[in-house]
Amino acid sequence: MKKKSIFESEGFQSLVASLICIVLGLLLGYIVLLLINPAGAGTAIMAVIKNFLNYSKAALQAKNFGNTLVKTAPLLMCALSVLFCYKVGLFNIGAAGQYVIGACISIYAALAWNLPWWLCIILAIAVGFIYGAIVGLLKAYCNVNEVISGIMLNWIGLYMTNMILTGVKESTSPYTLHLRSNSPGSVLPTLGLDKLFSNNEYVSLAIPLAILITIAIKILLDKTKFGYELKATGYNKNAAKYAGMAEKSNIIVTLAIGGALAALGGAFLYLTDYELWECTSSAVPGMGFNGIAAAFLGGLNPVGTIFSSYFIQHITTGGAYVDKTHYSSQISDLISALIIYLCGFVGFMKLVMKRRIAQKQERSKVTGEVIENKEGGKK
Amino acid sequence: MLLLLQYTLIFASVLLLVALGGCYSEHSGVINLGLEGIMVIGALGGALVMRFLPATMNGFLVVLLTLLGAVGFGDLYSALLAVACINFKADQTIVGTALNILGTALATVLVKAINMSINPDDVSSTIQYVGAKRNFVASIGSFQFNWFMVIAVIALIVAYVVLYKTKFGLRLMACGEHPQAAASVGINVYKMRWAGVLISGVFGSLGGISYILAGVSEWKFENGVAGFGFLALAVMIFGQWKPTRIALAALLFGLFRALSNVYIGIGFLAALNIPSTVYNMLPYIISLLVLALTSKNSKAPKAEGIPYDPGMR
Repeated sequence: MKKKSIFESEGFQSLVASLICIVLGLLLGYIVLLLINPAGAGTAIMAVIKNFLNYSKAALQAKNFGNTLVKTAPLLMCALSVLFCYKVGLFNIGAAGQYVIGACISIYAALAWNLPWWLCIILAIAVGFIYGAIVGLLKAYCNVNEVISGIMLNWIGLYMTNMILTGVKESTSPYTLHLRSNSPGSVLPTLGLDKLFSNNEYVSLAIPLAILITIAIKILLDKTKFGYELKATGYNKNAAKYAGMAEKSNIIVTLAIGGALAALGGAFLYLTDYELWECTSSAVPGMGFNGIAAAFLGGLNPVGTIFSSYFIQHITTGGAYVDKTHYSSQISDLISALIIYLCGFVGFMKLVMKRRIAQKQERSKVTGEVIENKEGGKK
Repeated sequence: MLLLLQYTLIFASVLLLVALGGCYSEHSGVINLGLEGIMVIGALGGALVMRFLPATMNGFLVVLLTLLGAVGFGDLYSALLAVACINFKADQTIVGTALNILGTALATVLVKAINMSINPDDVSSTIQYVGAKRNFVASIGSFQFNWFMVIAVIALIVAYVVLYKTKFGLRLMACGEHPQAAASVGINVYKMRWAGVLISGVFGSLGGISYILAGVSEWKFENGVAGFGFLALAVMIFGQWKPTRIALAALLFGLFRALSNVYIGIGFLAALNIPSTVYNMLPYIISLLVLALTSKNSKAPKAEGIPYDPGMR
């Protein structure tokens, strides 16, 4: 038996497909920029790709690299939330709202009750768990499509957050108070990581923790009975039920864990004090939606998601560096959205790759037989 | 009270148009989760036409061109869903979601670019259409009548006749119930599904342009359409994929959406002193409750969401 070549492996094909999505996404984004103003399009798309490398000083590069990482941690959590639910056959578009709820609870616990950071995180996880479970309950017992209930809960979550956080906002602006000056104990500890990024005080525990959680999710899905049951429910709900698995409670638990992960993402960003919540927000933050992009771009593999989350955040932050006299920073949202759209074609790309490989093998098999026959003829 | 009626009718018209769009697409077997994005792009097309038409133009012509602009943009956009989901068998949920995010991002980038090219200091994503808007409304006493109410009623009648009384409609629905059986009697399933998605694009864009013309005379495209496309999908599910029931559901949802606009003017509601945020949340909460109560006995087309595979039995 011949050893499988690298081209046949599922992981390699996923990687190739993701790279195709990235290249095509950037190319289409470049075309949009060309249509807006051909003169600066090249510089603009390079500014998006370069992100922190737009600075020439090493210290500033390190600091801004840190800033990108600060926002990668919450994005990774949202991506994991989407990925985890998708493994069970559920599309958790509600991650965006669960992220908002996590932000809401952690900010409120910090500012109103001055709780330490770890308690804020636990509260965010608990509330996210419940918020996600609502979608699960509606799906399992009332057959409500999780995409539609997720969207409804996104908007409900946004309005609730605006209402609750108005209690802890600055009196003269729509933004919430600074954590660092009002409740220093609630700010995530840096563990000395700030020193690595030219004293970027926002680089915190959240980044290593996010990676640890990713590995935990990977183990949970691949190496435990619980993970196996969840995936079985995803492949075929009825077969799982027939095999004696509690498919209803599996659906609820999955979406609850998804909710907890996304809410933790919200806590990871807002407990660093890097961003403040705007209490007059009229749109759900894009973090949860970018999580969808990262999850699919990472080939629905937890480890792949670490890299894809970084990439998505890299270009999202990079959008801020485009020439603002002609273009707007939303160009990176556009590229992320294009990448999600292209991810829809991944199945087709893999099919083409598999067909090519099969054809090649068929051909080499035929030529191999011809050679054998010739040799046989000589005897 | 007249104001409440006015807003209920206009929001119900928007929901009815979009939900009927979803209805065509789902009956052909394709779940159109991208309706929200199609609404945004349709609204963009219409708003751009209104923005750049000369103010002295004949009113009827303005209305006609605006509708054409909206449908042109929105329908082209819905083709993105069709090509991915029908020809490339892509996951309909992923593609629909991508179209929603892409719609808002694309509209924001384009509107900002246009605004900046006219006035370098204007970095907003807002388009104004005060003058052109007048052509869409007519005052009857204190009641502001909106032409989209008529369009929605016509769309309802057309949808009923097309779906239940024509060869095309019955074939379309066959493709959503059992595409292989439909193919066995010579129906081209791919063509039918394309038709379903493109028709939903037409209605989605009409809904989009009517939504941004409902109350205001300028629109900030960064905000998209605030989940209205999904509310319309909830209306469609509540209406059990049947046009007449969808119309009733749209009226109910329209009422709750209208409340957030006019509750201050209604004596006893204003006296209750409930924060305005609660009224903003109301349509979404109601739709969750309604979905919880009605989804159990869903009459969804059987083959919706499943890419067509001619070899499957």
